[in-house]
Amino acid sequence: MKYCCGEQQDTQSSRSEFEPLTDIIARFKEEPGSLIPVLQKAQELYGFLPIPLLNHIATELKIKKAHVFGVATFYAQFRLEPVGKFLVLLCQGTACHVNGSDRIEAALTEELKINIGETTPDTFFTLDSAACLGCCSLAPVMMINGQAYGPLTPDGARKTIREIRQKEEGKEGEPR
Amino acid sequence: MIIRVGLGSCGIAAGGNEIYNYLHKNIHDKQWSIDIEPTGCIGMCYLEPLIDVVLDHGVIYTYGNLNPEKALDIVEHHLLNQNPLQDYLVACSNEANQGLEGQVRVALQRCGIINPESIDDYIYSQGYLALEQVLSLTPEQVIVEIKNSGLSGRGGAGFPTWFKWEATREEKIPVKYVICNADEGDPGAFMDRSLLEGDPHTVLEGMTIAAYAIGAAEGIIYVRAEYPLAIKRLEIAIEQANNRGFLGTNILGSPFSFQIIIKQGAGAFVCGEETALIASLEGERGMPRLKPPFPSQKGYWGLPTNINNVETLANVPWIIRHGGESFAAMGTDKSKGTKVFALAGKIKRGGLIEVPMGISLRDIIYDIGGGIKEDKQFKAVQLGGPSGGCIPAALLDTVVDYESIKKTGAIMGSGGMIIMDESTCMVDIARYFLHFTQDESCGKCVPCRIGTKRMLEILENICAGKGTPGDLDRLETLAAGIKSSSLCGLGQSAPNPVLTTLKYFRPEYEAHLEDKKCPAHQCKALLTYFIDPKRCKGCTLCVKKCPAQCISGQVKEVHVIDQEKCIKCGNCLEVCPTKFNAVVVD
Repeated sequence: MKYCCGEQQDTQSSRSEFEPLTDIIARFKEEPGSLIPVLQKAQELYGFLPIPLLNHIATELKIKKAHVFGVATFYAQFRLEPVGKFLVLLCQGTACHVNGSDRIEAALTEELKINIGETTPDTFFTLDSAACLGCCSLAPVMMINGQAYGPLTPDGARKTIREIRQKEEGKEGEPR
Repeated sequence: MIIRVGLGSCGIAAGGNEIYNYLHKNIHDKQWSIDIEPTGCIGMCYLEPLIDVVLDHGVIYTYGNLNPEKALDIVEHHLLNQNPLQDYLVACSNEANQGLEGQVRVALQRCGIINPESIDDYIYSQGYLALEQVLSLTPEQVIVEIKNSGLSGRGGAGFPTWFKWEATREEKIPVKYVICNADEGDPGAFMDRSLLEGDPHTVLEGMTIAAYAIGAAEGIIYVRAEYPLAIKRLEIAIEQANNRGFLGTNILGSPFSFQIIIKQGAGAFVCGEETALIASLEGERGMPRLKPPFPSQKGYWGLPTNINNVETLANVPWIIRHGGESFAAMGTDKSKGTKVFALAGKIKRGGLIEVPMGISLRDIIYDIGGGIKEDKQFKAVQLGGPSGGCIPAALLDTVVDYESIKKTGAIMGSGGMIIMDESTCMVDIARYFLHFTQDESCGKCVPCRIGTKRMLEILENICAGKGTPGDLDRLETLAAGIKSSSLCGLGQSAPNPVLTTLKYFRPEYEAHLEDKKCPAHQCKALLTYFIDPKRCKGCTLCVKKCPAQCISGQVKEVHVIDQEKCIKCGNCLEVCPTKFNAVVVD
């Protein structure tokens, strides 16, 4: 762990840094038990929840930092590390499992050269798993930035990743 | 003519939006007098994307496995030739019977038929009539009606709904809450999602009736953040209901007021448990606590709280409209009404179904589900997700009711039904579910936190060929301890997948342990791939595809796998042409 939840933060500078969050905190401040919605909104804004941001929320909501850290690490939705441009969610549901999702996982980790939970060095892809995406009739399935792909074969999964990468690299090569 | 495009999550995943947009554009550009609207999931997920063509005289043609061009072709055919296009036709019938033979639709009555974003569609199909009716009854009369129906909690436990309502009603504290539990977490279960996406108003109506019966003024829907479409449609529905006076202050001119808010779960399976759900609503980590006091006594913020599952609430308006007796007339002696199931796995017609209690598993799997994919051998059906168990072929005639299912060692659960064939390894399935529960254990109590971990380690060893004698006994001892001493339902039921597979598929465990073989050829570490020299024609396909470069041989030479280097990925088996079938796995 890079940070510790007890790390001291300069309240003044963290205020200006997290300016966009002010309205949200103001809206929920008086409402008891609203830590989770605040964390959800904060993640929507920043893409992930860095420790200084968690500490800022703790200060503003007058909740212990350790408590905020505890909640943020308890729930699967919250990410403390940044995600890549494309979030690849591999479904680990029962239907996908019996239809061979482990082979898709092997193909994806091989193609992206990262393990589940990691991001590629070029920050294009984050590979993660989901308990169930609920598209069981498309099993095995993966979701990339909200779009479902299935039924997959190992080769099909590799091809999808390659196509996205080619498209992205093409974009980067274009004159601005 | 009306075109309905199936835009539930499954329909969208299969490309429903592209069809909707393409048809919409064409209808607009060509100025056809056709209405096009979205609808929820009709349940035939295996045929997605689907469209319905509803003719003016009420006949409905359902088409499946479409793409935008095919869909346009169908619409043009209806418009120009006045007849259906046989090629992609799935069913043609009237509204009451849309290719859903064997099913009885109560909770799902409007799913896949109405536009879920239109309150008028809902009202037109008898929506909010039950609420109107309820407001002329006393809360006690409403509870009696629910009692007469025999409705029990559809989230899995099967606790009588009326009892919960009455217990909350009888609490003397005036501030009470109604919570709709939409934290559907079982992998392979999507009943609640489809309901919320396909007919959100019916859940709101059910909740409002519950609130009236118990005397609550505030309701919360706790829904998974992973269900964005369900959340969106719920938000639309709540706003519409508020605007029309079905929610808010003085509902339909009565003294009764009720409002509903949505809270999004943040991804924790344990939050399906009532007390964990409440902790999560209060901004805490979702950890369960001991019961009693039950939520009906001390729930949200310590106040009396009634928690019902989505499907339970969706049954309520129907029961009020048709009377409790009509609901009780369906089902068995002790399990009344219908149950929604999500059929998935190795089944031909996977999707969402609603059947009367008392139907046999065989009828569900073979008549409604169409049997096993590729006509393979049925091996087991998994009911109840991580809390449930696997029921073998010998018990296929078990009927679907709470008691009969429980006798097998599985549970009815929330409705996930995963079908498995001969290629599914039951030890691997037990390992899979234990991995899930171990991962999702909140860590509060020791038996669940450490016990599931130890069970998982044993199962992983068995699957890796490192099992030791006595492992099965150790599994059974651990299971008994975890079941009897865990704090909440998650831990108490976590050993079920292991216990049922041990009970019905013990020889398979023994094969892993003693012979170091996986009969279903799933556990990688126990497999050996080799090439039959008599069948190999030396085509080099497998040589080229082997990621470990462990297959030797030139063109027209018999290939050989170096067992030392083989990583057992199965690529060679996959690419070997079927006319040769030279790669053998054992």
